[in-house]
Amino acid sequence: MSTRPATSSEIDERPTRTMRDVFVETTTARFDTDDRLAVVLADISADSFAPAAARWPDRVLNVGIREQAMVGVAGGLALTGLRPVVHSYTPFLVERPFEQLKISIGHQGVGAVLVSIGASFDASSEGRTHQAPGDVALLDTLPGWRVHVPGHPDEVPALLRDAFDSDGPVYVRLSGQTNSTPMPVGAGFHQVRGGSGSDRGVVLAVGPVLDQVIEGVGDLDVTVLYTPTVRPFDAVGLAEAVGRARHADVMLVEPYLAGTSAHRVGSALEAVPHRVRSLGVSRDAELRAYGTPEEHRAAHGLDATSIGLAAREFFRP
Amino acid sequence: MMMKNPTTPTTTRWGYADLPALVRRMTGDEKHHSASSSTLDVLWVLYDRILDVSPERIDDEGRDRFLLSKGHGPMSYYAVLAAKGFLDADQFPDWASFGSPLGHHPDRMLLPGVEIGSGSLGHGLPLGVGTALGLRARGIGSRVVVLTGDAELDEGSNHEAIAVAGRLGLEQLTTVVVDNDSASYGWPGGIEDRFTREGWNGATVDGRDHDALYAAFTRPSNGRPSVVVAQVEPYDDDASESQDQGTATTTEEQTR
Repeated sequence: MSTRPATSSEIDERPTRTMRDVFVETTTARFDTDDRLAVVLADISADSFAPAAARWPDRVLNVGIREQAMVGVAGGLALTGLRPVVHSYTPFLVERPFEQLKISIGHQGVGAVLVSIGASFDASSEGRTHQAPGDVALLDTLPGWRVHVPGHPDEVPALLRDAFDSDGPVYVRLSGQTNSTPMPVGAGFHQVRGGSGSDRGVVLAVGPVLDQVIEGVGDLDVTVLYTPTVRPFDAVGLAEAVGRARHADVMLVEPYLAGTSAHRVGSALEAVPHRVRSLGVSRDAELRAYGTPEEHRAAHGLDATSIGLAAREFFRP
Repeated sequence: MMMKNPTTPTTTRWGYADLPALVRRMTGDEKHHSASSSTLDVLWVLYDRILDVSPERIDDEGRDRFLLSKGHGPMSYYAVLAAKGFLDADQFPDWASFGSPLGHHPDRMLLPGVEIGSGSLGHGLPLGVGTALGLRARGIGSRVVVLTGDAELDEGSNHEAIAVAGRLGLEQLTTVVVDNDSASYGWPGGIEDRFTREGWNGATVDGRDHDALYAAFTRPSNGRPSVVVAQVEPYDDDASESQDQGTATTTEEQTR
């Protein structure tokens, strides 16, 4: 048996490599070349960052289970010119210290890279306490945040590098729910299929809902756009895709609170009469059920069958 | 005494005795006696004798950092900053107007030399911990001084920061708690104890005694963060309402 270390391409092919693994690897590797990078933790993933903490103890900081301090410390680090990466489970990163994000980061005119795990219902069996489908909608109330919602672990490194390179506020929403294959990342929405000129309308799939969208719409003649970057919102790209379709009808499929980006769709299409249907985690009731992420997906109408039914109901011939 | 109205305010420096007149240019209240402003003497000692800062070095990485966490009632802060040349006192009469950079809560993005925007209580100490950690990571030995109020310590975010700073031995960090006995339920055992049991150096002094404040701020840190509890006269509801008229929106905010 060979004792040589795995090459990077071999690592890339490991099927069990999660977005969280990729985040830890990419961030740890970045310390070698980036002396302004800092990581702030509140116990979550502290074990995973232990090797980095051993090498860079001044810049890998675990504050214990203290999320307000975690975000406040990140703001202070940014004030000294460092680039803080702040990481926890979604509810404890975005919801609990929300005012710290508003005041200790945004109001100070500094940035940070928030990296969450858990997404909307990865922690389906943990219950409501560990689920935060409103995270993107909450951050959407604050100006200037870039929001990345990768749909595959291989999309994560480029999104993180972009976040590390910039100075502004960035949110990277990692999930255990992934698409089967990685898609291109970068500015603008990526057209996955359609665009023939005879499409009935446009489906915009954000992050880890693309597989369900593709399977659900089946042979329905619609354009499918994909993006792992939902803020800034590619209004031009959407408007152009809509312009090529038969109707200005848009189905928005997001893996978090339904309609989170509906106002962006509305702004993108304000020059034309249009219809919008928003699919996502339901707003109307707290889902008091445990079970699997797949069961939660179905309960919110985000499984392939539900998306397909909604699309056939929504899009006109 | 009334202050002279200088023609070159940004370069003219004033002394401690000029601060009441500077404050009056904001409050417009001739009867106002700024000695009643709880933070005035602490701010003066810090800017006059402790902090290594100057208007010419506001972007110098090696400057000391002063973080006003208790951002409400900032008249004394503005007055001291004007006395030291950071602000133009000619802007005081129009403070809190739409185009003024001077608000009832300071905004660092509008005021060069102001290290943080504050007003919402409980942000300054975590920001100060992060600032001290950032300076330490970058090998910069500057001091970080955070000013809070005793009632502000009610906010749980402070207690998260107090524990973290103590455990991490942030000797660059000093918290000065201006204690006017305004916390709703008080701090049994004293404020200093809340910090020292978390590993801080502690001192409790008369918040009007400049030499005592100076001595407390210059004690050796010995690898620990330091707290200076500056005790001032207890907050007086009735007196303050007339003194701070128009400067804070509610009595509750004035208190804290």
